[in-house]
Amino acid sequence: MASSKSGTDEFIKGLWNENPVFVQVLGMCPVLAVSNTAMNALAMGLATAFVLVMSNIVVSSLRNFIPKQVRIATYILIIATFVTVVDYVIQAVSLDLYKALGAFISLIVVNCLILGRAEAFASKNTVARSTMDGLGMGIGFAFALFCLGAVREILGNGALFGAQLFHDSFEKWVVMILPSGGFFTLAAWLLLFNWLKQRKAKKEETAALALQKEVA
Amino acid sequence: MADDSLWTIFINASLVNNFVLAYFLGICPFLGVSAKLETASRMGGAVTFVMLVSSICAFGIQTLLVAIDAPYLKLIAFIAVIASTVQLVEMFIKKVSPALFRSLGIFLPLITTNCAILGLALFQTNKGYSFVQCIVYALGAGAGFTLALVLMAGLREKLEMAEVPDVTKGTAMALMIAGLLSVTFMGFGGLGG
Repeated sequence: MASSKSGTDEFIKGLWNENPVFVQVLGMCPVLAVSNTAMNALAMGLATAFVLVMSNIVVSSLRNFIPKQVRIATYILIIATFVTVVDYVIQAVSLDLYKALGAFISLIVVNCLILGRAEAFASKNTVARSTMDGLGMGIGFAFALFCLGAVREILGNGALFGAQLFHDSFEKWVVMILPSGGFFTLAAWLLLFNWLKQRKAKKEETAALALQKEVA
Repeated sequence: MADDSLWTIFINASLVNNFVLAYFLGICPFLGVSAKLETASRMGGAVTFVMLVSSICAFGIQTLLVAIDAPYLKLIAFIAVIASTVQLVEMFIKKVSPALFRSLGIFLPLITTNCAILGLALFQTNKGYSFVQCIVYALGAGAGFTLALVLMAGLREKLEMAEVPDVTKGTAMALMIAGLLSVTFMGFGGLGG
């Protein structure tokens, strides 16, 4: 990590360039499992973002005290503590949401994104920078989940956040709500990202060629 | 749910509600190690074994936590036990069969962060299974995981030969295949109740 990077840079990179879902393909299980409606996806994204920020803060503030040999186990215990908190908070705020998300709230513990950020970033950086990193990655994750959830709900239910969008004659794509729809939607988003990346690379290539011709 | 017959539980965990294709658990190793048929089947075996051991441990912990009335410790206790089980299994295999240990390599420690294991422990407590039911559930889930992994690896090996557009190479293609597999597994719906 270049130390010249400002906090804003750490924040921005999680949103787009290093988006955890679309670019790094991390933490896939909850992404596919609870993205069948926009509401579930957003709630899951925010819960994960909260755990990510909190565990980043704690891990980075304890980074000089945790012995290297037991660091992974320590990180998992820190993460599990915050997940338990989130689990009980969601249960208290909205029981319907809690039932819809089910065991996947508890499964935030084994989301490789959170452990990955703790190991790769928070264990080596200051508290302030780790907070920004956690916020960026967390919001990037929530955003990606929302993208998936919105597409699946619009196509599969003809609705967004439970509000009907189309006329009754709209034929619902039931497959989008089913598990296989999750795979297909994510594949489509990844295709879009790949295509954008390739187009950008091609543009740069042609620009470089044009420059060469001009010089010649 | 708790009075399901053992056969129903097995079919349910392995085919109808396949852990990978219906519950989306253990997607990381599913996408990561499904490139070759041989590694896929070995990984499946290792995961099944850890599932069985941690399922038995989780049953014990749950009984203990209920006895001391501390349900909020469930998650922390489960993950700590799974992490140490994997460590223990690793040391045991290393001692007993160094050859097997070498062939599994990096996959063994990675099983700790496989959400299928923790998911199994949580589901079995939610469903209130008895001890024998837990064991059958773990075996079924492991069999289902191995089946999905092996099928996926077979498809991906074939795909190596095929010509696909540049954009679809890599994860996007793997996800599309997984989607098709998932559609296929929906055909098992209704089997075994």
